[in-house]
Amino acid sequence: MAWELNSDRPIYSQILEKIQTRIICGIYQPGERLPSVRELAAEASVNPNTMQRALSELEHSGLIITQRSSGRMVTEDTQMIQGTKREIAIAEIKAFFANMRELGYSSEEILQLINENQPRSDALTQ
Amino acid sequence: MNEQNTINQTGMPENNSMTVMPLLQVNDLCKRYPGAGSYMAVYHMSFSIPRGRIIGLLGPNGCGKSTLIKMVNGLLAPTSGAVYINGMVPGPETKMVISYLPERTYLDNSMKVCQMIDYFCDFYTNFSKEKAYYMLGALGIDLNARLKTLSKGTKEKVQLILVMSREADLYILDEPIAGVDPAARDYILRAIISNYNPNATILLSTHLISDIENVLDDVIFMKNGSLMLHASVDSIRSQTGKSVDAYFREVYAC
Repeated sequence: MAWELNSDRPIYSQILEKIQTRIICGIYQPGERLPSVRELAAEASVNPNTMQRALSELEHSGLIITQRSSGRMVTEDTQMIQGTKREIAIAEIKAFFANMRELGYSSEEILQLINENQPRSDALTQ
Repeated sequence: MNEQNTINQTGMPENNSMTVMPLLQVNDLCKRYPGAGSYMAVYHMSFSIPRGRIIGLLGPNGCGKSTLIKMVNGLLAPTSGAVYINGMVPGPETKMVISYLPERTYLDNSMKVCQMIDYFCDFYTNFSKEKAYYMLGALGIDLNARLKTLSKGTKEKVQLILVMSREADLYILDEPIAGVDPAARDYILRAIISNYNPNATILLSTHLISDIENVLDDVIFMKNGSLMLHASVDSIRSQTGKSVDAYFREVYAC
């Protein structure tokens, strides 16, 4: 199955986010070897150069490490992975608050609404 | 064209460096079809394409895409300007390194699929029989069927497989997936990705932009025979906030 990508944002940044998510939620484990660029490109149905660019950027951030003999691996630095997870969570919360403010809610009202509408714990597990 | 200025060319291949010869170079190319009411089908086009890219040649009907492609393949002589493939003008040497899928079929309808493969194998030294059989098998095409018994879409698949089974430097595909069903289209696109060779380039013209946009590195927009835009898919998306498909609809709105 091709990965689901939006049509209005650069493809490489969307692929980057997908791989990042896979690392954060453990589909790709710390220290695990990643599939080749070609395999990932075919799986996602995107251009190999685009996939290459996304992986290079993740290498730059440190989440992916390249070893000459064994290809690309997920970092073993679990603290870095947790840090990335937290960054993404904070960005999501900021975006959520911005949307709610646009609807005219104050911070207190937003927090109250959250408390009133917490999903049940079994709904949280996908 | 001011459109060419609104999108900067970041993310574009470094194909203008003097040291690396571009795979395809088009210099100030013009084509006028003779006869009454003659017009410029291609008008002062210049661009170059490096190796290792998948490039979409896009534009409305009658904008000169096929005329350009035919000149690159040496099937039409330019009125002025020049085309270079690996630094050579179109001729027997360039036909060896270009694998071309024309807009219309030229295959002999009375031949069987397997005979067609032998025919291509005799004709082109860089033809890989294994590749052809593998792809025909994956798409479930009967090797003993005569071409005239195949549907339009299946015939197109056979022809595309023949073209993609050559080890060429430049694949030029004129409307390769128009008559093919969506599932086979996906297979063909995946085959293109997994056969991807960093030394080869694929130039394809199509109207099915949204289907292939994720597979493309760059696009070339043509309008009235002229080059309107040559940019990477991601630079168009990041600068317009639109997909190439949506951008095309806006630029060429009727």
